[in-house]
Amino acid sequence: MIKLLGLFLIGVGFACRLNPLLVVVVGGIATGLLAGFSFHEVVTMIGQYFTDNRGMMLPVILMLPIVGLLERHGLQERVAALIRRAKAATAGGVIWFYQVLRGVTSVFGLSIGNHAAMVRPLIAPMAEGAERTRNGQPAEPERAEIRAHAAAAENVGNFFSDDIVVAVGALLLIKAFFDNAGVEVALSDLKLWSLPTALWVIAVGWWRYRRLDRRLKKAADKKPEEPS
Amino acid sequence: MTLLTLDFFLALCGVVLAAVGGLIARDATHPQRWGSALFWVLLAVAIGGGKWLPPAIVGYTVIALALLVATKRVGAPRFVAREAAVLEARAEVLGNRLLWPVLLVPAVAIVGGLTLGAVKVGEFVLVNPKQVSQIALALGCVGGLMWALRLTGERPLQAAREGGRLLQLLGWALILPSMLAALGGIMGKAGVGEVIAGLVATALPVQFPLVAVVAYCAGMALFTILLGNAFAAFPVMTLGVGLPFVVKAHGGDPAVMGALGMLSGYCGTLVTPMAANFNIVPVKLLELRDDYAVIKAQAPFAAAIWVFNVVTMYLCVY
Repeated sequence: MIKLLGLFLIGVGFACRLNPLLVVVVGGIATGLLAGFSFHEVVTMIGQYFTDNRGMMLPVILMLPIVGLLERHGLQERVAALIRRAKAATAGGVIWFYQVLRGVTSVFGLSIGNHAAMVRPLIAPMAEGAERTRNGQPAEPERAEIRAHAAAAENVGNFFSDDIVVAVGALLLIKAFFDNAGVEVALSDLKLWSLPTALWVIAVGWWRYRRLDRRLKKAADKKPEEPS
Repeated sequence: MTLLTLDFFLALCGVVLAAVGGLIARDATHPQRWGSALFWVLLAVAIGGGKWLPPAIVGYTVIALALLVATKRVGAPRFVAREAAVLEARAEVLGNRLLWPVLLVPAVAIVGGLTLGAVKVGEFVLVNPKQVSQIALALGCVGGLMWALRLTGERPLQAAREGGRLLQLLGWALILPSMLAALGGIMGKAGVGEVIAGLVATALPVQFPLVAVVAYCAGMALFTILLGNAFAAFPVMTLGVGLPFVVKAHGGDPAVMGALGMLSGYCGTLVTPMAANFNIVPVKLLELRDDYAVIKAQAPFAAAIWVFNVVTMYLCVY
């Protein structure tokens, strides 16, 4: 039970809104010390795991200079202008479309983007542009809500349609685990049983983003007309 | 013999980060000039040099980064965007060409991911098959950057400046995902997962088939919330609860259980700040004020999907 103390510290740290990085470092060191490793051993482990996992940062670090450079030359303005031509587009509609597209490509084990490569440069400005055409310039809370939903669509599209046709990640891990445990499982069955949730997620997305559009409409109606 | 490795591109990341740190050090108006410069230069060393440095050095460097952040020595200046009229005019001039570098990245990532692994000449392999998708993405980024530089006519240093503007928005959130991976590794070595699985199995009446399913799915979500990673939760919960109770005691189908169990874990991923690269990094990237804005948008998703998974598993697994 004493092993859970590190986890408990992390929970308390997050609840007190301390800096997450500090909380995680302290929690990791505490967990290692309580498990009987020396301080130096724990730090060495942190270094090793950090090095093994630093590839996670690569897509962000290499993508941001491109996005920043293009934003300096009007990328967001251009994307918003493009979506203005599609009169029927709504913020929720754009976001739902991206979630489905992200999901459908993910079915084949392909990744078309992430928050740095797609959501910040393209999807969020598109959704905001659609909202501007429809209901006028959104106020700050509405703008934040559109952006948060765009980020959510990336995650939801990414997570729930993994590997259904071409297995590259999660399903291979599940298969490998069952093989090691001596339980017979066919990869095709795993693929089949991932399908219902993938379809359900599209429906949930449709419901969530339709609600978003309705809320945006309501907020715009309340706002007095102002010349833009 | 492998020609292109991920370490090469990570060294390139180190160069970008060092440039960001250097630019901050030269900026006398930066509110936290020296602390921020040190942060980015140290990070450049840890990421760029990681494989060639002893793990202990990287470990102490990472702890130094956390201390710099905790003592509030790292910050971002207020960036002044170009005037709206200038941006509109540039958008008008460059038009859709602005989109191509951004779209090139996923295109190269997908095509490269499918083809690069097969390229070999004699004993020379172009890329390690295990790293092929990440390397293809990195190549896409390099290509996209060159295209963007050519299109905008800017110098490479300006790319570092603009990249630095966005990287400083991220700040500590950039390294949180890797630190969480380290935390997960330490917890694995310490045997934390087994303790939790044991708690779930003893605390609930898992002799009822429905309770076993709910306990397994809830355990997957809960454990993922705590550790931020469904892949780490899966072996622990499946060994501790799934296999002994759902499969062995009640005769459930392991394929149904495994697939839906992992998807239940993802519901936990949607609502935890511990999955920082999915839930905290976008908050900073999209300049949202509320750290939990993305999690709040995702919580109804997580609830609806989790309930669906439990119902589907209960109806189909036995």
